[in-house]
Amino acid sequence: MNNTQYELNKGLAQMLKGGVIMDVTTPEQAIIAQEAGACAVMALERIPADIRAAGGVSRMSDPKMIKGIQEAVSIPVMAKCRIGHFVEAQILEAIEIDYIDESEVLSPADDIYHIDKTNFKVPFVCGARDLGEALRRISEGASMIRTKGEPGTGDVVQAVRHMRKMNGEIRKVCALSKDELFEEAKKLQVPYELLSYVHENGKLPVVNFAAGGVATPADAALMMQLGAEGVFVGSGVFKSGNPKKRASAIVQAVTNYKDAKLIAKLSEDLGEAMVGINPSEIKIIMEERGK
Amino acid sequence: MRIGVVAVQGAFLEHEKMLKELGADCVEIRQKKDLEGIDGFIFPGGESTVQGKLLKELDLFDPIQKAIFNGMPVLATCAGLILLAEHLEQDSTTHLQTLPVTVKRNGYGRQLGSFKAYGTVDDMKNVPLVFIRAPYITEVKKEVKILSYYENRIVAVQYKNQIGLSFHPEMTKDTRIHEAFLKLVKSGKN
Repeated sequence: MNNTQYELNKGLAQMLKGGVIMDVTTPEQAIIAQEAGACAVMALERIPADIRAAGGVSRMSDPKMIKGIQEAVSIPVMAKCRIGHFVEAQILEAIEIDYIDESEVLSPADDIYHIDKTNFKVPFVCGARDLGEALRRISEGASMIRTKGEPGTGDVVQAVRHMRKMNGEIRKVCALSKDELFEEAKKLQVPYELLSYVHENGKLPVVNFAAGGVATPADAALMMQLGAEGVFVGSGVFKSGNPKKRASAIVQAVTNYKDAKLIAKLSEDLGEAMVGINPSEIKIIMEERGK
Repeated sequence: MRIGVVAVQGAFLEHEKMLKELGADCVEIRQKKDLEGIDGFIFPGGESTVQGKLLKELDLFDPIQKAIFNGMPVLATCAGLILLAEHLEQDSTTHLQTLPVTVKRNGYGRQLGSFKAYGTVDDMKNVPLVFIRAPYITEVKKEVKILSYYENRIVAVQYKNQIGLSFHPEMTKDTRIHEAFLKLVKSGKN
């Protein structure tokens, strides 16, 4: 990937800002998501809540299923590959996916190395729990970051923790003097140049979305007020009682995330939210995957 | 001068940054009440389906459409161009329909088709053109002025108070297009 391509890939993430990216498993769901105002969809065979329930090894989705979704909608289509599985990524690039999520939601294919994303033309988004993870993924070529949260739980606590941690660390880096950055880069295990960018600009060099456990318009607005530039909703929409209405309400809540009156109205009569599970009740902690 | 940047979704901050650099005030339009005291609009890049839907749901559609028909200057980039277009190729979901052109959405294909080039826009030479899943214009009515072609495709037009672009000047450091837009706003005020 040359510099211009990387700028274009970061640019696409910028176009997604202020939007909601929804997990979908069928062309029908993709159309519902697009009509509800999703700015992109994530095509996958099973949403995280079902991946949890099914157990076993979770892999990239069937390209045919992804193509079906690409044909059904005009908004960007993303898909997940396993951490470190660069061949799955090559396949997704070959079918012209708009964004690859190298995701901890799937079973990691490599327990040490992430994909060298600079070898690809297609853009990548990666999960991160803190500033160190985020900058390591960016140095590997990611052009968009999202919090990991704890996917498939309907519990927003981890996404909140990760967003607060990342932004707290960014504020700390801003407060350092320039000559202290070398040591901080060493501690965080990140390239000095990227840390220097954070020091000067007070933000990551790429767009940062919230993901993992967002289930209500209030959850989405909470993440936006905490500094997210947009929101991924995984299991939260299509595991709820009224996906269409909930999806549309979450989209509006992200645009007007500071307007409590409007969010109150949007939160009315949404039907059953996904049931959700607490992190203490689950066996697989996905956020631990890929550091 | 107060520019309303439509901020329902997309890359609106990039436009605001550029406007501030040029000394213009800007306000983010998210609800009807934000429309007061505006001298011009910017429609940013993003996803046109989302933006069009939110304009309706947030009661912005009618007042904005009326203001544009009444001569309010507007600069629309990428998704914004789609929102203004009178017709869309192979797509019946049009939006504001204030600009008498036909636009092809995702004209250059998916993200792998995104690219950067340089071209002439009106009398400005060597303008950086950033196309991200960009649309292009396939047809214009007679009174529409074509500002730019890229490889024989129309990528920038002006029709009275409306400027529509396929590409993203806000993603570059070149402020000339925004300056030209502010001039248009200023001339409308006098």
